[in-house]
Amino acid sequence: MTEEPNLEYIKKLAGDDIAFENQFIEIIKTEFPDEVIDYNSAIENKQLLVAAEIVHKLKHKLNILSMEKSYEIALAYEDQLREDSMKLDKEFRTILDIISNYLTTI
Amino acid sequence: MNCIIIDDEATSRAIVSQLCLQVPDLDVIEKFDNAIEALKFLNQHEIDVVFLDIHMPNFSGIDFIKTLKNPPKIILTTSNTKFAIEAYEYESIVDYLVKPITIERFQKSIHKLKNITARTQTNDTVKRENSDLGDLYVNIDRRLIKLKLNEILVIEAKGDYIDIKTEKEVYHVHTSLKKIKEKLPAKTFLQIHRSYIINFTKIIDIEDNSVLIEKKVIPISRSNRPELMRRLNLL
Repeated sequence: MTEEPNLEYIKKLAGDDIAFENQFIEIIKTEFPDEVIDYNSAIENKQLLVAAEIVHKLKHKLNILSMEKSYEIALAYEDQLREDSMKLDKEFRTILDIISNYLTTI
Repeated sequence: MNCIIIDDEATSRAIVSQLCLQVPDLDVIEKFDNAIEALKFLNQHEIDVVFLDIHMPNFSGIDFIKTLKNPPKIILTTSNTKFAIEAYEYESIVDYLVKPITIERFQKSIHKLKNITARTQTNDTVKRENSDLGDLYVNIDRRLIKLKLNEILVIEAKGDYIDIKTEKEVYHVHTSLKKIKEKLPAKTFLQIHRSYIINFTKIIDIEDNSVLIEKKVIPISRSNRPELMRRLNLL
């Protein structure tokens, strides 16, 4: 998985509103790590339905960061978790790592 | 117009809020991360439109819609189209937006909302005008009986009498069609035949040379037909 996140969508939405862009970056920098923690906790405790709910929320952020292929993986993984399977966990964690790293650069 | 945003994700709330900023006459009054808090707010405030995330833990957007007694207009926001289609059966739903919401799609949704709101206001005005038509007193067996004009369906000439058919009953009154016509608001009542005056707002359909009001078929005379057709809001 080599898809890289970007802020294209947010920049288009913000237009000249730099304050919004900055504010949004702060929000995603706060919300994303919290959701990753919740995801890890749900997986550790084998609460796959809870994990599915968190993946549902996280996948929207993949869309916001223009990660379309990653979004498709998250979509499939959410369905998997609801069917009591976590085969795509490793792939999904790779995506989460890519985003975590990216968020430290913006 | 004013609105509230309900979404358990802060990023989504920020995005919808930013999109609302780009609509000149749309004010975001409040944002909620859960639908229960929003319900409490709606009980105390009048809101025109709610941007509602469907997929929320504990109390979903669908639960929220089901709980509302007099729902405002609702625009759904969702990552998953299938949830939106399930919710679309509710009358208050104006549109659904799939995340991530683009500016163009959001503006289309607002355009749709404004059209629906304008149509609702027109219908409300017509209903209010009809209910404000006033009363008419008719003399039947030395008693003056009050009839609500908006309840009159059809008036039919019967020799020296007229039959006033209302939603509840028929009144047999000693007068002429010409005399009662003078007492009726011309905007609502129309003579479509030498023997019939109809309440224009009660028409169900028009076929060839007759109109249907309730279950009664009323003839249209050739001379009155142009005026009737002129008044119709024809597509």
